[in-house]
Amino acid sequence: MKLSEKKNAVVVNAPGTWKKPTLWQQIKKNKTSYFMMAPFLVLFFIFTVIPVISSLLLSFTYFNMLEWPSWRGLANYQQLLLEDDVFVIAVKNTLIFAFITGPISYVLCFVFAWFINELPNKVRPIMTFIFYLPSLSGAAFFVIWATIFSSDSYGYVNAFLMQWGLIDGPIKWLTDPAYNFKVIVIIELWLSLGTSFLSFVAGFRNVSSELYEAGAIDGIRNRFQELFSITIPSMKPQMMFGAVMQIAASFAIGNVGAILSGFPSTNYSVHTVTMHIRDYGNVRYEMGYAAAISFMLTVVMILTRNVITKLLNPDE
Amino acid sequence: MQKEAKLKKKYRSSNGEHVRATKKKRVSRSAGGDFLIVLMLVSIGAFMSLPFVLSVANAFKPLEEIFIFPPRFYAINPTFDNFKQLFRLSTNLWVPFSRYIFNSIFVSVIVTTFHIIFAAMCAYPLAKGNFPGRKQIFLIIQTALLFTGGTLAIPVYIVMSVLRMVDTYWALILPPIAGSLGLFLMRQFMLQIESETLESARIDGATELQIFWQVVMPLVKPAWLTLLIFSFKDIWNATGTSVIYSEELKMLPTALSQIATGGIARAGVGAAAALIMMIPPMIVFIISQSNVIETMSYSGIK
Repeated sequence: MKLSEKKNAVVVNAPGTWKKPTLWQQIKKNKTSYFMMAPFLVLFFIFTVIPVISSLLLSFTYFNMLEWPSWRGLANYQQLLLEDDVFVIAVKNTLIFAFITGPISYVLCFVFAWFINELPNKVRPIMTFIFYLPSLSGAAFFVIWATIFSSDSYGYVNAFLMQWGLIDGPIKWLTDPAYNFKVIVIIELWLSLGTSFLSFVAGFRNVSSELYEAGAIDGIRNRFQELFSITIPSMKPQMMFGAVMQIAASFAIGNVGAILSGFPSTNYSVHTVTMHIRDYGNVRYEMGYAAAISFMLTVVMILTRNVITKLLNPDE
Repeated sequence: MQKEAKLKKKYRSSNGEHVRATKKKRVSRSAGGDFLIVLMLVSIGAFMSLPFVLSVANAFKPLEEIFIFPPRFYAINPTFDNFKQLFRLSTNLWVPFSRYIFNSIFVSVIVTTFHIIFAAMCAYPLAKGNFPGRKQIFLIIQTALLFTGGTLAIPVYIVMSVLRMVDTYWALILPPIAGSLGLFLMRQFMLQIESETLESARIDGATELQIFWQVVMPLVKPAWLTLLIFSFKDIWNATGTSVIYSEELKMLPTALSQIATGGIARAGVGAAAALIMMIPPMIVFIISQSNVIETMSYSGIK
């Protein structure tokens, strides 16, 4: 039974005849629902919908933040798709980053949340805390990774490899285009145990324990069977949430590369679409062009989201 | 043949007897698997905690130790000097330091509270209701998550100046209350609530608001406890520098970065400030997670 089915059933026009309620009747019957949504939706409209629409309009203009925007039509998009060579590099890098880090990080978030769920009650919050520390500890992680992959022979990786005679001289892990992409992928993965991870941890707690008891009686014999036949089907909503958050995070990758490899990086080796937006928006003050880039990125993210939704929820 | 054997296996325990009568709570776990899980979690966990260990160490290092390369994860001569200096600097400000602390706590508590309530109240009809526009509204909010910020800063500023909100608490408080992440999270957890549970409450004569407070919210406790962390962490670390100019409205991160940016000589102070900033989100995290583990849903969840 849905929230309002009962109420809808009462909409009767004349005794003995039942007509499908009209749109207005449905809205009237559900007015509590609309009242409950109103506070959030009003604020959402003012601070998200209006800015997104104005930003979409800006993407058809030239706007340098000093003069009134001047209309350019599709010129920004034309320039972006046909003339901007760096954009092509940025798109290529972003897609590779997203398609490597997105799925791997999604699986890691789930596997670690599952492992933690297998722990005894007392240890679980401590382990969750430790795995969430990179997200809590702000900027400190940059120092760690800059040290580990430092370009001189004092960097941990270089020192280790040289000691074992695997390399002759120090490697510039963070600035050499031959290596920095892979290094950034590793760091992004390490950093990515954030939102999805924590919502999975909570999701494991939201599976009815009756199901597990029933499963045990029905002969489920080990934790893998339990995971695949009970936990994962029950956790579909959280899996969907995690997937959308992963898309949002993995397509927006770029900040870590900019801090560790420099902005812009050598030969744009770790340049991404987000960094391209930053370049035009915060450095060159071409806000119209920056808005156009960010809409192209959003469109790609929406398409990916739709594909993933179909995969996770074929019946919806 | 194979199928038959599998079916047989499904209803037999390891010693060949029917498991039906056993009242085991959960499926038994192999000791080897437990060991492997703990081993992996501990070794990777050690790696995950490195930046935090370094932050703690740096806060207690005398200035000359902070710049040793490669950095040490402990202080040779631990000292409270950084904290003392931070305290001294913070008492010499134009606006009393307590004002920044008040601003941060005030804004964080208000935003987190209202964000959870408004997002949950909006998520409930979106998850369990059946009214025109339900799917479209949710899709718009979910899509907003995919819109990468950056270019939104200017339109948001314009909206705020039209509403005369620039340089007021409203500018810090109102936008994050309608964050789409929180709504999405709450809605997903509410999808798992059995509609029969809500229906029986309705038959008992409960209004929708009563059902929301007394049935739905307790059932999705893990969700809002998690949202508490996300929301608090974000707002606590927010600077709000683009919409706030008055010194007496600034929040802790801005104030601390103003104190710590005094060149290399203030690096120790910066480390101490960074550590202090981490403490409140950590407390919220610990309170939240230790409550998450206690919730084990028995009924009302699909």
